[in-house]
Formats: sequence, structure tokens, C-alpha cells
Amino acid sequence: MSTAVPDAQPASAQQVGEVGEVEAPPSGGAGQAAQPHRARPAGTLSVVRALLRKELLVELRTLESVPGMSLFAVTTFVVFHFALNRNSVDGDLAAGILWVTLLFAAMLGVNRLFVADADQGGFDGFLLAPVDRSAMLFAKATALLAYLVVLELVAVPAFGLLLLSPPLGHALPELIGVLALADIGIAAIGTLVAALAVRTRARDLLGPLLALPLLVPIVIGGARASSPLLALGHATGPSGRWLLTLGLYDLVFGLIAYALFDFLLED
Amino acid sequence: MYGKGLRALGISTIVVMAVALGLVFFWVPLEADQGFLQKIFYVHVPLAIVSLCGFVAGGIFAIQHLRTREQKWDFRSYVAIHMSLIFGVATLITGSIWAKGSWGHWWEWDEPTLVSFLIVFLLYATYQPLRFAIEDPERQSRYASVFAVTAGAFVPLNFIAVRASTQFLHPRVLGATSNLPWQMSLTFVISLVGMTLLFTTLCKYELTVKHTRAQLRALRRLAERRAGARTSATPPSRGRSAAPSLHATAMTAHPPSTHPERSR
Repeated sequence: MSTAVPDAQPASAQQVGEVGEVEAPPSGGAGQAAQPHRARPAGTLSVVRALLRKELLVELRTLESVPGMSLFAVTTFVVFHFALNRNSVDGDLAAGILWVTLLFAAMLGVNRLFVADADQGGFDGFLLAPVDRSAMLFAKATALLAYLVVLELVAVPAFGLLLLSPPLGHALPELIGVLALADIGIAAIGTLVAALAVRTRARDLLGPLLALPLLVPIVIGGARASSPLLALGHATGPSGRWLLTLGLYDLVFGLIAYALFDFLLED
Repeated sequence: MYGKGLRALGISTIVVMAVALGLVFFWVPLEADQGFLQKIFYVHVPLAIVSLCGFVAGGIFAIQHLRTREQKWDFRSYVAIHMSLIFGVATLITGSIWAKGSWGHWWEWDEPTLVSFLIVFLLYATYQPLRFAIEDPERQSRYASVFAVTAGAFVPLNFIAVRASTQFLHPRVLGATSNLPWQMSLTFVISLVGMTLLFTTLCKYELTVKHTRAQLRALRRLAERRAGARTSATPPSRGRSAAPSLHATAMTAHPPSTHPERSR
């Protein structure tokens, strides 16, 4: 292996960085062993990009999370119609239904977020690569954020069509802002909790149990901010107080997840 | 190791708690609105404060554990959270009794402190299942510490968020502590000190018991090995407790003897 052509090494290292997995050919491993003093073969940003690309590719090819989440949300609206025995909702009730549905649909995605990595050696591969471990947090959180955006692209219009009595169009610009702020928080907390729960025996149970109390402030902020938007008169916009609450919560839990995520990836 | 000062602490706890309860029942004047019922305030509020401080302390110990990797910090974090959960159950029960007595309902959603306490309690109720669901002791304490830090930071944030969401419909006894008559303030402070002492004593007691038991188990295993009982080489069963396993802590008391024994 020591006869490896020197100018083949950068190419193989780059390949490792791009694929983001260390299911690399043996030549790649030898190439790195030959240069043990290289501190950083790849910047964090490119690692994040590679990991994110892998995440989205896997999701596109398997379609494991997003279609299930969207279908779940639409089905839940139907269930709410029958459970409440109402043809249309507005105001507080509409905001509550929307947020409960989005939250539980997000739980499905959170539960599946790390399952492939835990079961099929993705963690081991990632840990063998000499890269910043926070990269995985950023990549997974961004992937979860993307799933949530796709989920809402399906669920919010379906909600407007099936249950909401005031027209959705008026509320849409402000609602998008509220949803975006809440999504960031759900992505940060969801990623941390998913990583915490995935390598336990009862991961399907522990994920939602841990995540739901942590997400209560987001539900408070999201539901309070969107209930005037979904009211019949649509008199006022969302109160800035709730947007501020959501933003601060996102910031704090983003920092907490960043500080603690490394400890979950040590073995 | 943990048992030092336990007796003095226990005696002072009993004295202060007795004084506090004596003041509550026989000395402090009745409140004008709620009468005798208001006396539960001297038990309920200290319980809640001590329990929340215990949760936050568990988070701080967990930070220490993640920084130093010493198992004793995880042990302390576990005991603090465990005891806070017990105090939390007591808080919820006394809070419900108070709500039933003063508002006629067992539960009051307009009381932000009670609601946020319930959310915090529900979050911490997953602490033991989380520990129990992880086999590897090292990973168990690491993950539990990550949880404890996250949840410890969540405690104040959650209180802010829930308080902001609630209209203040009801008279707030805790918020009005500053204009209480001095007898009530004094009794409240003594109750709080007593409850803090009780929490500390119980934590110290649990630490002592668990540590002693782990040491005893380690010594017994050592004795069995010395006696040449090769059949007892089975690993110790974890039992039904989610407490951190303290084999390593106990072993450090006899570092030279453990390694040759283990390699046999």
C-alpha cells in the first residue's frame, strides 16, 4: 500500500469528504494513514454539505420520512374533523389543530432521523472520519428542517382546504414567518432528542416522551402567534411578543444542542 | 465518604422542620382571605422551590460530569434529580389540594407556576426510563448528563414561556411575598430553610447508602475471588434500578488489588 501514487491521495481524501461516509475503499484509508499529521482534511462547511447531500439523497431514494409525515398530517385533519364533529374551524381551535398535527407529524420524522445511522453503521463511519462532530448536528438539523418545510407545504394547504373557514391567503405571509421560526426550534430540539434516544432500547417511546415537553414553549409561541391569523376577522397580525419568544427559544436551544451534541457521539 | 456530617445534618433538619411546622400551626396569623387553607403555602412553595433548584443542581452536576468524566458527578446528578422528582410529586399533590380548596378545582390552568411545574415534571419523568434503556454504564451516564443539562436549562425557559402565556386572573401569593406581614415572611423563610435541609439530608443519605452498598458489593466480589470461587465470575446483575452503577467508584478505593484480580 505504500506504493500508492502520491497524487492519488488528495483525490481519495476528497472522495471520502464528499461521500461523507467512511465506507471508503482501502486506498482511502491508507492514504490517510500515510499522512497522520493532517489536522483538517475538510472544512466543517463542506462536511456539512456532504452529510446533508447524503441525508437528502437517502431520503429521496428511500422516501422513508417525508411522505409518511405528510400523509399522517392530512389523515390527522380528517380525524380531527370527525373527532370534533365540525366542518370548519377558526381562531384558537384552528391554531391548536394545526400545531398539534404539525408537532406529531414532526415526531415521526424525529424518530426516524438517526435510525439508519445507528443500525447500519453510519455513526461509526462518521466517527472514523477526522471531521468536526458538530457537522452531523448541522446536517441533520438542516435535513429535518427541510423535511418540516416539505411537510408544511403539504399540510398547510390541506388544512386550508379541509378545515379552515377563513381563506388561507390573507394569513399566509405572516403564517410562513411563524412556521419558519417554529421549524428552526423543532429542528434543533428534534435533532438533539433524536440523537439522545436513538441508541436506547426504547427509542420509539423515549423520543416523543423527551421531545414533547421540550417543545411545549414552541407550541405556546406558535399557537398564540397564529391564532389571530386564523381568526375569522383577521384583525391583527401576530403579536411581536410571541415571535420574540420563538426566536429566543430557537437561539437558546440551538446553542444547547451545539454544546451538547458532541457528547452523544463518542462511541 | 458521603456519610460525614450526616448525623449533624439530620438533627438540624429535624429541629428546623419542627420549628417551622410549629410556627406554621401555632404562631403565624391566619390569612384574611383563605384562612387555615393558606397554611399549605408554607409547605407547597418551599417544596416547589427546592425541587426546581434540585433539578437545576442536577444539571450543574451533569456539566461537571461532562467536563471531568468523574463518575461521582453523575452519581450526584442522579441523586439530585431523583430526590427532586419525589419532591415534585409532593409539590403537585399539595398544589392540587390548594387549588381545590381555594378555587374549587383540582387543577387550575390559569396558574402558570403550577402548569410549568407540571411540564418540567413530565420532562424529568423520562429521566429514569432513559437511564434504564441504556445498557452500557459509561454511555448511560453520559447520555443522562446530556439530558440533565438540557432539562436544567429548560426549567427557567419553560417558566418564562408559560408565564408569558397566562393572564394573571388569580391573586398570586408568591408574587406578593414582599408585602406579607413579617410573621408570615419569617415563617416562610424558616420553612424554606427546613425544606432545603431536608432535601440535602435525603440526598446525602441516598448518596451514602448507594455508595456503601456499591463498596460492599465490590468487597464481597473481591473476597469471593480471593476464596477462589471461580464459578462466581458472572457480571453483577443490574437489577431494576436505573441508578448509576458505582463499580468503578468503589474499585478506586482499592486500585492495586483490582487489576490483577480482574486479569485472572
